[in-house]
Amino acid sequence: MEDNKKQIINMRGIVKRFYIGTPNELTVLKGIDLDVYEGEFVAVVGASGSGKSTLMNIIGSLDRPTEGSYILDDIDISKAKDSELSGIRNKKIGFVFQTYNLIAKTNAIKNIEVPMLYAGMSLRERNKRAEELLALVGMEDRMHHLPEELSGGQKQRVAIARAMANDPAIILADEPTGALDSSTGRMVMDIFHKLHKEQGKTIILITHSPELAEECERIITIKDGEITGQRKGKGVSES
Amino acid sequence: MMLLENIRLALTGLRANKMRALLTMLGIIIGIASVIAIMTVGNSLTVELNNEFASMGASNIEVLITRKINEEDISTDGMIYTESYRDRRPTDDDYITEEMIQAYIEAYEDKVYAIAAYESVTSAQVKQGNLYANVNIQGVNLGQLYTDKTEIMAGRVFSDRELNDSGKVCLVSDKFVNNMYDGNLEEAIGQSVPVEIAGKSYSFVIVGVYEYEQNSYSFETVSEKDLYTPMLIPIRSAKAITHTNNYPQFSVVGQTGVDVNSFMTETQNFFNKYYERNKDFEVMAYSMSSYLEEMNDMVKTMTLAIAVIAGIALLVGGIGVMNIMLVSITERTREIGTRKALGAPNSSIRMQFIVESIVICLIGGIIGMLLGILMGYGGVKLIQSTAFEVSVKSVLISIGFSMGIGVFFGYYPANKAAKMDPIEALRYE
Repeated sequence: MEDNKKQIINMRGIVKRFYIGTPNELTVLKGIDLDVYEGEFVAVVGASGSGKSTLMNIIGSLDRPTEGSYILDDIDISKAKDSELSGIRNKKIGFVFQTYNLIAKTNAIKNIEVPMLYAGMSLRERNKRAEELLALVGMEDRMHHLPEELSGGQKQRVAIARAMANDPAIILADEPTGALDSSTGRMVMDIFHKLHKEQGKTIILITHSPELAEECERIITIKDGEITGQRKGKGVSES
Repeated sequence: MMLLENIRLALTGLRANKMRALLTMLGIIIGIASVIAIMTVGNSLTVELNNEFASMGASNIEVLITRKINEEDISTDGMIYTESYRDRRPTDDDYITEEMIQAYIEAYEDKVYAIAAYESVTSAQVKQGNLYANVNIQGVNLGQLYTDKTEIMAGRVFSDRELNDSGKVCLVSDKFVNNMYDGNLEEAIGQSVPVEIAGKSYSFVIVGVYEYEQNSYSFETVSEKDLYTPMLIPIRSAKAITHTNNYPQFSVVGQTGVDVNSFMTETQNFFNKYYERNKDFEVMAYSMSSYLEEMNDMVKTMTLAIAVIAGIALLVGGIGVMNIMLVSITERTREIGTRKALGAPNSSIRMQFIVESIVICLIGGIIGMLLGILMGYGGVKLIQSTAFEVSVKSVLISIGFSMGIGVFFGYYPANKAAKMDPIEALRYE
């Protein structure tokens, strides 16, 4: 559809089975084909048990498919070794979780530095980048606060800044507003829109909320481990 | 880089959980403290022992006549009966002659510092008017005065002439002077002392007064007035009285730096050349230093044995650390999952928890070390040892050992953390 843009995700025939070879063998994903292009804002919607979490784990390189090919930013994930996956997650994926998952007893700026630490950046570089990112999400005045001193919305903003740390190819947000009230949820969504518009970030939002999905450019519906529908959302960019 | 970050992380974790950290460390603290304390006491004891022996002349070689053990002395039951009915007692002819000693001194000029010999004569009572003093008459040479560390308070020691020509001179103790001359040392010099030995009368002129030192190992019960103190006369004068020429035993004072043990063997071999044809007797040389070595070994072994027992506390402490690390990892499953999602390789996770375990053990080790030195000091004071020697080796070993415990008992939990499935870990409630 957008041939002039770089393909970030190319999935063909992704199958994921659990308990292979046992009587209760379970096929969660039954042949998924998915393409995501650079700068897209895609929503993946589906009921619980539809297989969207499993799909997210595969997109996020936390897991490998049982069958099929997955190419992320020109890297063949289905053939990567475990030791390579951690590096891929570190540089290509920015995770945003429903439960924020900030590291306890570690202040905001140090939390943002974690992915950069594993990327081997120097302390000075880390500090500088982390300050920039905090400013980006409007949290520069909470730099030295511990997670337990922050509200849910503030925590999620720090988590988004952390996801941006190594300038990943995609931001993978799993129900990022699920634990927030509607007004703070709105604020978090606005940050995603800002990152999408201003920085041209590729964002994949996993949600079960139809309203949030509508804000995205493209909505992918998943049901019983298969993609049952793809349509444009209201957030289609004017360009 | 990563290491510093991990240490910082571990310290933050410890600060956040002070009580737990302290309880975890307690095992290590107690273990290290007891090892160090025991090693310190043991070490101090060894030093004390060595000092004590050195003051007793442990490095001297004692040379004496001993019975040869012949085939026929070994009885059918394998025992050796040296004092059997056919044994004859050694006579003056069996003893070591002055010529032998002279030859020995010439042969080992660079190794022999002095020869100390003495000849006990008898005990006697010196009487002048209503004054009296009890004496043990002993013949000595200058080497003997040296090894006894005899302090001359007035007058002088024997001259060479007096020594060679069996001079009728003597050294008396300050106690003797107290009894006989009312403590006036100068008045005592030049006085004649009449003594009766085996029915014959002798007279010795006092040339010097030495300071009498009460033997620290005997507790005299008699009053100072009745105390028997040595009256020292030249050894040849003594031998003239006892009608002997030769020496049943004497000590060799080695030059500083001489290896006592090898010189001991050389000495024994040298004198035994003269005894090849003697059927019943030979010369034996021994040194207290070989006993000292044995005693040092014994103290060392005992110290080590107790330290090993104390080391069990360390082992228990290590298990405590492992236990707490396992709890900590379970508690932090989500953190581990998050770190993995953010790109931490397994090796980083493993290192993070190993470093944490090492930090706990090392802090415990340092606290334990300080406590152990303190306890060791208390122990040394308790046994009233004057020496206090912290064993540097034990300090280094215990620091190294506590780090080792950190690695050993931290590895399993850390590896468990490293191998967690990130998806499972992230889902952990």
